[in-house]
Amino acid sequence: MPEQPAKPSPDYLPSTDASTPPSPSEVLLHDELDPAGMTFDPELSGVGAITTDVPGRRRLGQGLTVAAWVAIGWMVFVVLLAVLAKTGLVTWGDPQNSIAACARKGPFANEGGAAGHLLGCDSNGRDMIARLALGAWTSLLVSVGAIAVGFIIGGGLGIIAGYFGGRIDTFLTGTFNVMLSVPAIVFALALVAFLQGTGQNSGKTALPDVLILIIAIGVVSIPLVGRIARASALSWSQREFVLAARAQGAKNGRVMIRELLPNVAPALFSIALLGIAIAIVAEGTLAILGVGVKPPTPSWGNIIAVDRGELFTSPHITFEPSIMIFVTVLALNFLGDVVRSRFDVQEAGI
Amino acid sequence: MSAQRFADADYDGALLEVRDLTTYFESERGLVRAVDGVSLTLERGKTLGIVGESGSGKTVLARSIMNLLPRHGVQRSGSVRFEGEEILSLSPAKMRRFWGAQMSMIFQDPMTSLNPVMKIGKQITEAIRQHLEVTKDYANQLAEALLGSVRIPEPHQRMAEYPHQLSGGMRQRICIAVALACGPKLLFADEPTTALDVTVQAQVLDLIAKQQSERFMAMVLVTHDLGVVAGRADEIVVMYAGRVVERAPTHVLFSDMKMPYSEALLASIPKIDEHSHTRLATIPGHPPNLVNPPAGCKFAPRCRYVQERCVNEEPPIRPGVAPGHEFRCWFPVGTPEGKEALERNQRENRIPQAAARAAAPN
Repeated sequence: MPEQPAKPSPDYLPSTDASTPPSPSEVLLHDELDPAGMTFDPELSGVGAITTDVPGRRRLGQGLTVAAWVAIGWMVFVVLLAVLAKTGLVTWGDPQNSIAACARKGPFANEGGAAGHLLGCDSNGRDMIARLALGAWTSLLVSVGAIAVGFIIGGGLGIIAGYFGGRIDTFLTGTFNVMLSVPAIVFALALVAFLQGTGQNSGKTALPDVLILIIAIGVVSIPLVGRIARASALSWSQREFVLAARAQGAKNGRVMIRELLPNVAPALFSIALLGIAIAIVAEGTLAILGVGVKPPTPSWGNIIAVDRGELFTSPHITFEPSIMIFVTVLALNFLGDVVRSRFDVQEAGI
Repeated sequence: MSAQRFADADYDGALLEVRDLTTYFESERGLVRAVDGVSLTLERGKTLGIVGESGSGKTVLARSIMNLLPRHGVQRSGSVRFEGEEILSLSPAKMRRFWGAQMSMIFQDPMTSLNPVMKIGKQITEAIRQHLEVTKDYANQLAEALLGSVRIPEPHQRMAEYPHQLSGGMRQRICIAVALACGPKLLFADEPTTALDVTVQAQVLDLIAKQQSERFMAMVLVTHDLGVVAGRADEIVVMYAGRVVERAPTHVLFSDMKMPYSEALLASIPKIDEHSHTRLATIPGHPPNLVNPPAGCKFAPRCRYVQERCVNEEPPIRPGVAPGHEFRCWFPVGTPEGKEALERNQRENRIPQAAARAAAPN
């Protein structure tokens, strides 16, 4: 009978070989009741410090899905496109240069001198790539600016309403509700008309179109953001740490900025991405209604608005900016969800 | 700040004097009488235990004394004197000089009483820098020393950590450090160990007691557990339905309790030398509705000693034999009339309705 091969003992167990008794240090290492394990060494024992892997400690990109990376990639692409077009570091031709021969020529058209215009030209014979790139700048500027206005004012008022409650809350919530009761598009139109009107009537130079749009869309978003901030601030205000901060003599402003804002911010941030998406669409809507950025400055909205009459003859002029808006909005919505699901995890960690 | 802090240091009366404090909450059902005419006195460096079951108004009492109740829908009256100064009607802006620096509070649940998104060091230094004019570095050193004194291992590392990285017991120690940061003269500990594992309850209570004696700080220890206050309080106030039903120095209360409610509370603590599977003693029924409290003694519907008089007429607070002992009862425990009442109830098989319901479920 062949000799049984020695059973390989797992290397994490002390040797069971009777001829070599385990050394005292080995016994200590493997004894679960080892008093040495009671010393506070988080690396070894984990006693004392509960250093678990927590969401806050995760690397930023860890655990993202492919779709999330695609969305991030698209947003980086769009932002780069906008910044490069605006600064002129990289040009795709002059967005204002009309070449009559190229007018209404579709993508990849080679006849009639349209060669080199990969996405074709608009009805004035201007290169679509150049216009889309510069349009990205205008659209992003308006939407990010508007949401920034909405978040600073709406978020601030919402936190104040949620923290103080009582009459302040009643007044602010009432104001939000009144603002919400006016259809958003009508409200924005009225604001644009008003802001343009004040500029003209006072005889001074009117506000720049982009600023007017930022204010108009921003003001419309205030009640939406405000209500979310209020609800979040209200629930965080009930937490004992807010009471504890007051019991330590913290002033109201300090409680709101130091205790409430950092807790309300994640909820607001995920809404912000969705808000930017909505604002891009709102800019396009206003452009089609004729109150957007004035041509020849391109924005995604006014490229569609100006050449919407060509929809049947040269569909690419309206489709290309529409696709840009569509994909960007999709990416922002998706990222908004990713951000929200990431920050929701923190509740479990509390 | 510092001048105000020591301005009345030579005041030699009681640190805290509460007279006829009432705290009513406005609700849709009517006024909720959460605290209804409570008087108590606390000397410097002493510990007062406030005991009662859930809903007896003990937490509201502590918060009402500190004026930390919600801003709206609360009616308070009576008198709260801190070092002789009336503070009941002070606005939050004026109370801020007391909060943290003169009186401070530890909350029940360490899971929610620390800001989840603020580093521990920051949470402590916030309070220090609010009240004391010190540099950031000094505040940090102070905070680190505080963490060491509440026996947090590796305080320097903990300063940069977030609350979720610590266990419940550790978090409560952090809360204690925060509460003690500015050296208050009076500490309210609102059920400081209720949310903790029993194995760390004693540690945390000992830690508070040690800090208290080192700082000569007075403490109001709020709890539902007579066992917690037994060895730690100088005086115990038993609350029921927003009222003080018995008040006595600790040893007097345990040797000569007069109020049937105190007796029932003590009986409901499981004893270690009992046989296993002994039925736990409970107090039958529920605390009364605080919107329409019963006309007579508030405890009458649940009391073993209940008589006709208890239901119709509320007993006044009256002094006991020992100095400082007061209670509200017509038929006190351990007196001839109490004994007679209990015997009569047993003879006539008369037990309170709530008790009867509890004895025969369904």
